[in-house]
Amino acid sequence: MRITNQKVEKAILSEPAPSLKQGPLRRRHILDLDDFTREEIELVLETADAMKEILGREIKKVPTLRGKTLVTMFYEPSTRTRVSFEQAAKSLSADVINLSASGSSTEKGESLIDTARTIQALGADVIVMRHYHAGAPYLIAQHVNVSVINGGDGCHAHPTQGLLDLYTIREYLGTVEGVKVVIIGDILHSRVARSNIWGLTKMGAKVVLCAPPTLVPVGLGPPAFPSVTMEPNLDRALGGADVVMPLRLQKERQQRGLLPSIREYIQFYQLDSRRLSKAKPEALVLHPGPMNEGVEITPEVAHGAQSVIEEQVTNGVAVRMALLYLLVGGAQ
Amino acid sequence: MTAIPLLIVGGRIIDPSQGIDKVGDPFIAEGGIAWVAKGIEDLTPERYQILHAEGMIVCPGFIDLHCHLREPGFEEKETIATGTRAAARGGFTTLCCMANTNPPIDTRAAVEFIQKKAAAEGAVRVLPIGCITKGRRGEEMVEMGELAEAGVVALSDDGNPVADSRLMRYALEYSRSFNLVLIDHCEDVSLSQGGVMNEGWVSTRLGLRGIPAAAEEAMVARDIALAEMTGGRVHIAHVSTAGSVDLIRRAKEKGIAITAEVTPHHLTLTEERVIGYGWDNKKPSSLPLFAYDTNAKVNPPLRTARDVEALIDAINEGVIDAIATDHAPHEDVEKMCEFDIAAFGISGLETALGSLLALLHGGKIDLATLISKLTAEPAKVLGKSEIGTLKVGAAGDVTIFDPEAEWVVDPSAFASKGKNTPLAGCLLKGKVMATICQGQVVYKDDAVKLETIGRQTRVRG
Repeated sequence: MRITNQKVEKAILSEPAPSLKQGPLRRRHILDLDDFTREEIELVLETADAMKEILGREIKKVPTLRGKTLVTMFYEPSTRTRVSFEQAAKSLSADVINLSASGSSTEKGESLIDTARTIQALGADVIVMRHYHAGAPYLIAQHVNVSVINGGDGCHAHPTQGLLDLYTIREYLGTVEGVKVVIIGDILHSRVARSNIWGLTKMGAKVVLCAPPTLVPVGLGPPAFPSVTMEPNLDRALGGADVVMPLRLQKERQQRGLLPSIREYIQFYQLDSRRLSKAKPEALVLHPGPMNEGVEITPEVAHGAQSVIEEQVTNGVAVRMALLYLLVGGAQ
Repeated sequence: MTAIPLLIVGGRIIDPSQGIDKVGDPFIAEGGIAWVAKGIEDLTPERYQILHAEGMIVCPGFIDLHCHLREPGFEEKETIATGTRAAARGGFTTLCCMANTNPPIDTRAAVEFIQKKAAAEGAVRVLPIGCITKGRRGEEMVEMGELAEAGVVALSDDGNPVADSRLMRYALEYSRSFNLVLIDHCEDVSLSQGGVMNEGWVSTRLGLRGIPAAAEEAMVARDIALAEMTGGRVHIAHVSTAGSVDLIRRAKEKGIAITAEVTPHHLTLTEERVIGYGWDNKKPSSLPLFAYDTNAKVNPPLRTARDVEALIDAINEGVIDAIATDHAPHEDVEKMCEFDIAAFGISGLETALGSLLALLHGGKIDLATLISKLTAEPAKVLGKSEIGTLKVGAAGDVTIFDPEAEWVVDPSAFASKGKNTPLAGCLLKGKVMATICQGQVVYKDDAVKLETIGRQTRVRG
C-alpha cells in the first residue's frame, strides 16, 4: 500500500516554487527524531513516496536542487549512509562533495568547528555529518549557518535511519500505529535503536527491547517512553511481533567484558528461522546494516522471504531525497 | 603587609566560629582582627580607613579547601596571580591549591615555588596541598615529613585516586606522624573509565558514556574502612552522590576520623544541565542545539535532583563539613569541542557565593550554616585556628557580601583565566562586595564606600 500526497508530488515534480520562502519542513537541521512531530514525520514519509517514484523511472533525476551543494563530513567509516546521501543529492541534481576525516585538515589538528566553518565558507547548503562523538552535529549546527543533517553521532542518534525504517514498515504494513517492533541486541551502543525508539513511539508503535542487560542503557522504558518494554528472553519477546530488528553485534563488546562469549550470544540472541517463527507469520525482518551474518542473524533469515533489508537500502535513498528537498528545496 | 588599619562599619557580623550574629564594627590593625565592637570611640591610630558595610553581611574570609591554580605547568589555564584575584572577587581569602600541577607538588622545591609565587603575586593566602604519591603515579608515597615541614596543609593525588588500596593504607598510617589529612578524589576508575557524565537517563538520552554513582561510592566505602583501620585522617573531596552521603553519615556515627566537602555546583545543578536546560530548569521536549554543554562537564559529574537534595541535607546535618569550589579553569579551546573530548571542570571561584545563596533564598539552608561551611569548618579540617574566624588576634580576613544584590554572570569579566562556567548569563542573587585579606582590601565592588580618615579627624560612633 502506498499513500500519496498530490500536493507534495506536484511541488517536487515542478521546478522549485518561487512562492516558497523556506523549505516545507519548518526547520533548519535534522539532528534527531526527538523534535519531530507526528505530522512532520508523515510529511517526510509522504514526500518519500514521491521520491521513490522518481527512483523507479528510467532517468532517475530531477532538477529540484540544481545549484545546491551538499557536503558529507564522515568521521567514521560508512558505506550505505554516505553513498545513500550522495545518490539522493545527485538524483535531485545537487552537487556533492565528500570529505573524510583522513586526508583533511582534521588530521592536522583543526577543530571540528573550524572545519565546519571552512565548509560553510566554501558555499555548502547542507552538511551531512557522521561522527564518532555523540553531539558533534549539534556542535557544528550552533556555529554554522548551514543546514546540518545528522548521519549518525556516536551512540546518540541516526534520524535518517529511523525515518527509513518507519518508511519501510509503513510501506509493507500500511501503518506504524499499533505495530509491535522487537529490537534485539546491542542497544547500549546503538544510535539506530535510540532514533527508532523516538520515531516508532511517536507514530504509535509498541517497542520491545531484547538484549542481555549489559547491553541495555538505563531509562529507555517508562516514564520517558511508556510504550517501550524490556524483555531479555528472545522467544518471549518475539511473540506476536510485526517487525523484528536485530542490531549489529561488534566483537569488541566481548573484549570489553559485556558478554562472556559470542558463542553464548548466538545461543541466546541470534535471530534464526526457529526463533523468527515465534513472531507473526508475515513479520518483517529489518537490519540497519552492516550485518554480521552468523552472529546476530543467520544468513537464511537475512536473505529469507521475510527480510526487507535490501528494500531498506533503496528506501533510504528515497527518504533522504525527501529530507533534502524538504530542508533546502524551494528555498530561494 | 603594612596595611592601614581598617574599620568596617554598619554590617551584620556573622561569625559561626563564635556563634556571633549581630551588627557591629570590626577593626583590623596590623593584619589581624583587633576587636569587634559597637562604636569607635577607642580609635587611636593616626590614620585608618572606614569601609561602609551597612546592609551587608560581614563574616570571616572564605576558605577554599580545593582549587586548581594550574601553576606551575598550565599557566595558559590559570596562574597564581589570576587565580588568587578570582578568589578575591569570590570572597575567598585562603586557597588550598591542588597538587596536580606540572611538575606536581611532591617535593619541597615545588612547595616553595608555590609559596614564593603566592607571596610575590598572590592576592590572597595560598596553602599548597602536596601529592600523596610521587608524581601522582599511585606507586610510592611522597616524603611526607619533608612536605609537612615545607608547609603543605594536606596531601592529595586529586584527579588520580589512589587505586592501590594497600598503598592508601600505608599512606594513611604514615601520615599520622605528621598529622596530615589525606584528601581523596574517590573514583573507582575501572567503573568510571570512558565516562563523561552521570550515568542515568540523561546519559542514555545523549548517547554519552556514563559514570555511575557506584564509582564514587565504592571508593568512599574503601577509604572509610581504611580510615577506621589505620586511624589516619581522610577527607573526601567533592562528594556528589546520595550513597556517599549515607556512607559518610554512618562512618561519622561510628566516630571514624573522616571529613568531607561538596562543591557549589553539586549543591545547585543537576545532570540535566548537560542537556543545556536553563538555570530556571525549563525543560524543552527535545534536545536544543546547545545540548552537550561542555561547560557542565565536570568530574565527579553533576548528578540527579535526588543527589542534590541529599547533599543539601548533609550540609544541614553536618555530615558534610565544608563547601569547596574545585575551581578548575580551562582554556576556551578545551571546551569548544565535542563533549567526549572536552576537559572536565568548572571555573567556580567567582560564582560560588552567588550560586550558594540560591539555597538561602530557596529556604534550604540558613546563612550561619552556609558561612560556617565556608569559614570555621574548613579551618577545622585544616587544623588552623587563625583563619575562618573573627576572634581577636585572628588573621584579618574578612568577606563582605550583599545577599540581596543581583548580578548576571559574565565570564568575560572574570578575573580567572578560566571562563568555563555553566552559569554564563544566569542571574544570581548575592554578591561579594569586598574582600579583606590580612587587613588589606584585596577586592572591592564599585558600590562600596571606602574612605581614609587622617590624623586630625576623630570620629564619634
